[in-house]
Amino acid sequence: MEFQNKTVIVTGSTQGIGREIALKFGAEGANVVVNGIDIPLQKELAESACAEIRENGGKAEYMLCDVSKPEETDALIKFALEKFEKIDVIVNNAGITRDNLIMRMSESDWDSVLAVNLKGAFNVIKSAARTLTKQRSGVIINMASVSGVMGNAGQANYSASKAGLIGLTKSVAKELAARNIRCNAVAPGFIQTAMTDKLKEDIKETYLASIPLKRFGQVEDIANLVLFLAGDKAKYITGQVINVDGGLVM
Amino acid sequence: MDIFEKVKEITVEQLGVEEDAVTMDASFINDLEADSLDIVELMMALEEEFDIEIPDEDAEKIATVSDAVEYIKDKQ
Repeated sequence: MEFQNKTVIVTGSTQGIGREIALKFGAEGANVVVNGIDIPLQKELAESACAEIRENGGKAEYMLCDVSKPEETDALIKFALEKFEKIDVIVNNAGITRDNLIMRMSESDWDSVLAVNLKGAFNVIKSAARTLTKQRSGVIINMASVSGVMGNAGQANYSASKAGLIGLTKSVAKELAARNIRCNAVAPGFIQTAMTDKLKEDIKETYLASIPLKRFGQVEDIANLVLFLAGDKAKYITGQVINVDGGLVM
Repeated sequence: MDIFEKVKEITVEQLGVEEDAVTMDASFINDLEADSLDIVELMMALEEEFDIEIPDEDAEKIATVSDAVEYIKDKQ
């Protein structure tokens, strides 16, 4: 049990990639803070994720909040410290899409995606920074995307937010390295989740044709790398962006 | 406890230096080998301890232990 008694916060972990990450940490004995936004159904999803983690031997608590608001990320970090006393791993995974071609992309589509995906990660890191620097330890993992590495038609907002996360990752890695805090980014390619299920069939076909491994990824492919980066086996890795994409970007 | 003693205690804790090294004349950066992160953390610790706010432009002027003590005296 690699993460026994380690506190792990995973934002946006009520479903999709985040949920899988939370469950995998739980199965390794971690104390997991599950998070989602406070909208209908999220409470039920958070409760079921926590229940599954507990069944598999981990501890879990959830807090619903909006990571785009600094006072709410302050509260999230406080909640984690109250429940589990320290913070070992933070996975900034919360993310949304509002896809459209740039000519038809509204200002609010741009703003909301940047607010959650990019500012949300900044808020969580800032809220936790003091705790981590005092501890002289901690691992931060930001969920980027291949869209942020290579761009993607119809995702100007999303790819900008993910490219921004990569810059954030590298700056944080440099700033906090002196305090034994590592920060890396994971860039998933096409992973089967609710987020990608809503794409049109012909778009999926086009993607598939450009993926050397000729299949879409599964959430566990991402979770496996996140757990590796969070653990001691990755103790000399910081400031990196690692693609998990079947060879889509190389 | 007077202000100097309190500043000394916080400096020792934040920078991990010997108590004897924290004299009134000691420069945080040159004598106590603080880096930029140390300075930010030190200022935040002083803000908490003395319940004051130290704006960035003021923090830049606090170079020595006596600068910090004088600054806190003025603010209280």
